[in-house]
Amino acid sequence: MNAIEKQAIRFDCRKAWAKTLEALAAEDERIVAVVNDSVGSSNLGGFRDAFSDRLINVGIAEQNMVGVGAGLANGGKIPFVSAASCFLSARALEQIKADIAYSEYNVKLVGQSSGVAYGELGATHHSIEDFAWLRALEPLTVIAPADPWETEMAVRWAAEHDGPVYLRLSRMGVPDLGADANGEYRFAPGEARLMRKGSDVTILAAGTMVHLALEAAELLSATAISARVFSVHTLNPLDESAVTAAATETQAIVTCEEALVRGGFGGAVAELTSANTPVPVERVGFKGFQTTGPVDWLFAENAMTPTGIAEAAHRAIARKAA
Amino acid sequence: MTEHIDVSDPRLTEIIIKSKWMRRRAMQMVHSKKLGHIGGDLSATDIVATLFFGVMSYKPSDPLWPGRDRFVMSKGHATGVLYTALCSAGFFTEDWLETYMMPGSKLNGHPNRNYLPGVEANTGPLGHGFPIAVGMAVASQMSGSQYRTFVLTGDGEQQEGSNWEAAMTAGHRGLSSLTLIIDRNRLQQGAPTEDTVGLDPLDDKYRAFGWEVIEVDGHNHAQLLEALGTPHGSGKPRCVIANTVKGRGVSFMENKAKWHHGVPNNEEFHRAMEELGQ
Repeated sequence: MNAIEKQAIRFDCRKAWAKTLEALAAEDERIVAVVNDSVGSSNLGGFRDAFSDRLINVGIAEQNMVGVGAGLANGGKIPFVSAASCFLSARALEQIKADIAYSEYNVKLVGQSSGVAYGELGATHHSIEDFAWLRALEPLTVIAPADPWETEMAVRWAAEHDGPVYLRLSRMGVPDLGADANGEYRFAPGEARLMRKGSDVTILAAGTMVHLALEAAELLSATAISARVFSVHTLNPLDESAVTAAATETQAIVTCEEALVRGGFGGAVAELTSANTPVPVERVGFKGFQTTGPVDWLFAENAMTPTGIAEAAHRAIARKAA
Repeated sequence: MTEHIDVSDPRLTEIIIKSKWMRRRAMQMVHSKKLGHIGGDLSATDIVATLFFGVMSYKPSDPLWPGRDRFVMSKGHATGVLYTALCSAGFFTEDWLETYMMPGSKLNGHPNRNYLPGVEANTGPLGHGFPIAVGMAVASQMSGSQYRTFVLTGDGEQQEGSNWEAAMTAGHRGLSSLTLIIDRNRLQQGAPTEDTVGLDPLDDKYRAFGWEVIEVDGHNHAQLLEALGTPHGSGKPRCVIANTVKGRGVSFMENKAKWHHGVPNNEEFHRAMEELGQ
């Protein structure tokens, strides 16, 4: 299979999440899963079959689910609390704030089908505000993996890390971005993954937007623009050195996220650059509540496409100081 | 306040002495800092004292000892009673109480487990402690541990829906190591619970959710010791409805909603201390 054929295959990162969790649980009996009747949507059927006594289904009760997670951590367990991210991050926000982040409990919150994965179900079921809400909670590590490899690495790291984590997963198909091309890079939260070198503009992408950013860089190269691309899988803590270097060296930044740019990843990058290295930042993502529609259509409507990202890069470059 | 002491159980003598000390100390803290929730402190004192000095196992020198019994103060505003209990139990020295709610103090207006040994959860927003306690009890059940989990909620707090989510889970899973105590003083911040959103019949509600229910006089230490100290034989979680008096022990504070977070002036303070005894 050549690289282009490989790029065409799409992976549901939930499979990597579930497979990794099952492998970790086999090695460490402290690992338990807590769900809100979300075994299927969390892809935890295999976990349930293998570790039925370690799956705690609290029913449709998200506030209770997150509090139970804190209590399990108090009792020495390593709970992975998994639910559709729209309900996990919104319904239980005060529990995430007080019981998990402020209490610094060793709980792993796993938001499934984030962004607009439930496109047609409408804004109640979209989870595009979670970046803004959860990156505000400083002790909470926020990770949005871009592909199956980052997903596996993030789940493994979360299990080992003693502290609260939010993993933002999608069920939207994404290509395998090729861990073998990483060279020296080893997954570490807060250290962005360089996907492509470039000098005219930097595209900082999170989660499902990374492969689209890489396609945008291809389009830009056709017009002789050299675009640097990072997978910024960790929003909290943000890789400040990568962002600052991008601002200093390429003088123009595009951010890409399947989330609200207001307060989200784009907001985080704009905060940092405006304080340290003011350069043009074009933010690609959602601007507000979305209507109903399939995922691809919602992306296209919001210029969250290779072409849209390339156009944002052109705008950022045009705004560079003379 | 006088109480007949059952000399057959020496724990009662200590619980009564501790209760008196906690009430007096909490009153001093609230008066000196002009902050706090003295009404709820006084209603919960006998419950908390019974747990710490008659029922629970813990090691102040090793606050995170895995085998410790857990106590979650879900009515996190009642720090006067929680902090005096933790201090008296030996988790920290009495000079810490002098810093109560002062700038940068470890003794927050609501408890913080990261600052203060003996605190299990950072409560304050109501309806949080009960689900956390359910998680503790599930962990105990899964691990075959022997520790018990106690959670104290206010009665007004029962209006938070998250409690009923937790009650369902605990009932469904038969969490027999879990005891919920409801401080049933019948007053919430500004008015009687039954005039706000009625809670009665609380006992029937919990029974319907799969719980064993015991109703006690929440100021009778012998009844509390019996309800809290005996293991559950039923395979069900236990709900102890402790009928209490908000402001208990100070006549002019008793059953007055204004003392939810009222602060006594100097004259009121001296009267209160006189009534609370030496």
